[in-house]
Amino acid sequence: MPPPPALPTTAAPPPDSATVDAPRRRPRTRRATLVAGLIVSVAVLLLICLLSIAVGSKQIPLSTVIDALRHYNDANTDHVIVRSLRVPRTVIGLLVGAALGLSGALMQGVTRNPLADPGILGVNGGAALFVVGGIYWFGLTSLTAYVWLAFAGAAAASVAVYALGSLGREGATPVKLALAGAAMTAMFGSLTTALLIGDVDTFDQFRFWSVGSLAGRGSDIAGQVAPFILIGIVLALVSGRLLNALSLGDDVARSLGQRVGLARLFTAVTVVLLCGAATAAAGPIGFVGLTIPHVARLITGPDYRWILPYSMVLAPILLLGSDVLGRIVAQPGELQVGIVTAVLGAPFFIALVRRRKLADL
Amino acid sequence: MATTTAGTPAQLIARSRAVRQARSVLVITIVGIALFATFCVSLSLGDYKIPVIDVVKTLFGQGDKATEFIVNQLRLPRALTGILVGAALGLSGAIFQSIARNPLASPDIIGVTYGASAFAVFAIVTLGLTGAAVSGLAIAGALITAFSMYILAWRRGVSSYRLILVGIGIGAIAMSVTSYLLTKARVEIAQQALVWLTGSLNGVDWSEVRALTIALVLLTPLMVLLVHRLRILQLGDETAYGLGLRVERSRLGLIVIAVLLAAVATAAAGPIGFVAFVAPPIARWVTRSPGPAMIASALIGALVVALSDLLAQHALGDTQLPVGVVTGVVGAPYLMFLLARANRVGSGG
Repeated sequence: MPPPPALPTTAAPPPDSATVDAPRRRPRTRRATLVAGLIVSVAVLLLICLLSIAVGSKQIPLSTVIDALRHYNDANTDHVIVRSLRVPRTVIGLLVGAALGLSGALMQGVTRNPLADPGILGVNGGAALFVVGGIYWFGLTSLTAYVWLAFAGAAAASVAVYALGSLGREGATPVKLALAGAAMTAMFGSLTTALLIGDVDTFDQFRFWSVGSLAGRGSDIAGQVAPFILIGIVLALVSGRLLNALSLGDDVARSLGQRVGLARLFTAVTVVLLCGAATAAAGPIGFVGLTIPHVARLITGPDYRWILPYSMVLAPILLLGSDVLGRIVAQPGELQVGIVTAVLGAPFFIALVRRRKLADL
Repeated sequence: MATTTAGTPAQLIARSRAVRQARSVLVITIVGIALFATFCVSLSLGDYKIPVIDVVKTLFGQGDKATEFIVNQLRLPRALTGILVGAALGLSGAIFQSIARNPLASPDIIGVTYGASAFAVFAIVTLGLTGAAVSGLAIAGALITAFSMYILAWRRGVSSYRLILVGIGIGAIAMSVTSYLLTKARVEIAQQALVWLTGSLNGVDWSEVRALTIALVLLTPLMVLLVHRLRILQLGDETAYGLGLRVERSRLGLIVIAVLLAAVATAAAGPIGFVAFVAPPIARWVTRSPGPAMIASALIGALVVALSDLLAQHALGDTQLPVGVVTGVVGAPYLMFLLARANRVGSGG
């Protein structure tokens, strides 16, 4: 086996530790366990979806929820609440969560860096800058307007980052991508802050968007972002093999017949679709995309064909669960989901990191 | 590599080492000169412009009374603080990135500055404090964060990877506390906190310079003692054990130094972003150093902050920006330029 490329930077050697976690287990049993785990996770997710529809400043019994979903009656206020407020919000939570989890896994796979979050391509930085620009120059205040601005910003930023990272003879190596993304994010952050510091009104609008929240998002926003996220999900789920090859390092991947540059571009486009749309819908939520792939990796080991679906299911569990909790703890108001995910998820994440043998990237 | 010059491998290695050392010295000299030039220009500009030559004279004690007052009392503390803060951040970043063996690791990213920020914003927004009290709480925040990070990552030893992940977790909590406080506060106070969060050198005086100098004077000898261990640690834990290094103890010592450096810098000027992140890779690139280039990192960190503050004060006429707004704009293009030129496999970090 040729030596992996000289990357003093990746925290770990290539994952030849595939079998370390479950040394003597037969592959078939292991696979059955993973399938079962995934099914349980989906069941938990469905339960949380129902909770997310039922819980809020007005509690709606689960029977009414199911009734409203099956036999809608617009004379019943509970049914109206469920249909027009809670369901869109839950759908957005599902989409955003899945998108964040998947794009985080993709990004960590392609940069081979455990610190890479979906925002590392500059997505969040670009989205924030465009939203602030929209508020500052055009006085935009509606969430629907923010969606397109954020999406445009995310796309512009990641194209710039990718172009920058691909300059030079080697093309877009993981390290260069990560550094270019971080540099670009810092630059956008500087410009964003410059606008915010000069203008109280813009800051007042922006500080609520920048926390990340599912509140007030209606079915129009769900409709706007759903196509992008759904396409992104499909693309992400088929890229498991690509990432497995890439995670062995560029040289090995190439010798296995992988077209490394193309694979990376494909992943980057998918990340922009997913993370751009998620940020557009709910604002920049960093924690989910950063940590959920690590959790998935702890369960599955380093095979991306499993990490991706697990990330896709676990992330919305965290996001929607946090959203429900945010509505319960701060009644009659609510806590933004961006805050709750971190406060709720981080201790769990730390405990997990401490407990298990880490499957390195 | 086949070479035309004859020589034993030892001679070849010695020669390439000498070339690299000469390059390091050259880089350090050039950056030092650039830093001094920036320093003098920033002392000469302001409401009352003083020719650079007079500034230099005053610095060496040859100026007249009026310029002496303006330079020494009004402008010198700010310029010095900028340089010291930049140096501290550059060093801290170099240590963090080498320990973590990850170019994305820096005190900004693995939680230490977020902890400081959360405490400082709490002080500003909830307790209504200003000035030194905020700085004190910021230091406390950084230390508490770093301490809990280390404790939580400890499990029969601390692996760098686990440390990073725990740092991410704690950083995320601190960050969401910060944004929660920001959304709850009145917008004027929140904006005041935003200025602190951006990092600013407005209104610093000699007390900051003194604190930073003391910290750097105390920490530098320790750093000199430990820096060769950093080079070994960079090879990975197992290799370091194999070479007979006391890995845990060395890492703890280095982390303490890096955290203290970041904490004093943050206390003096707020969490100026990006400096700790950008200085070490630039330093390694320009010196072509295989390990962390500490002196160059410090100087480049200082240069980034000094240049940024110069721009922040004077680029937009009367509007003075906090320095943290500009560091990204100054540092990022240069890093990108280096990225674009990099053509070796995996060069960077």
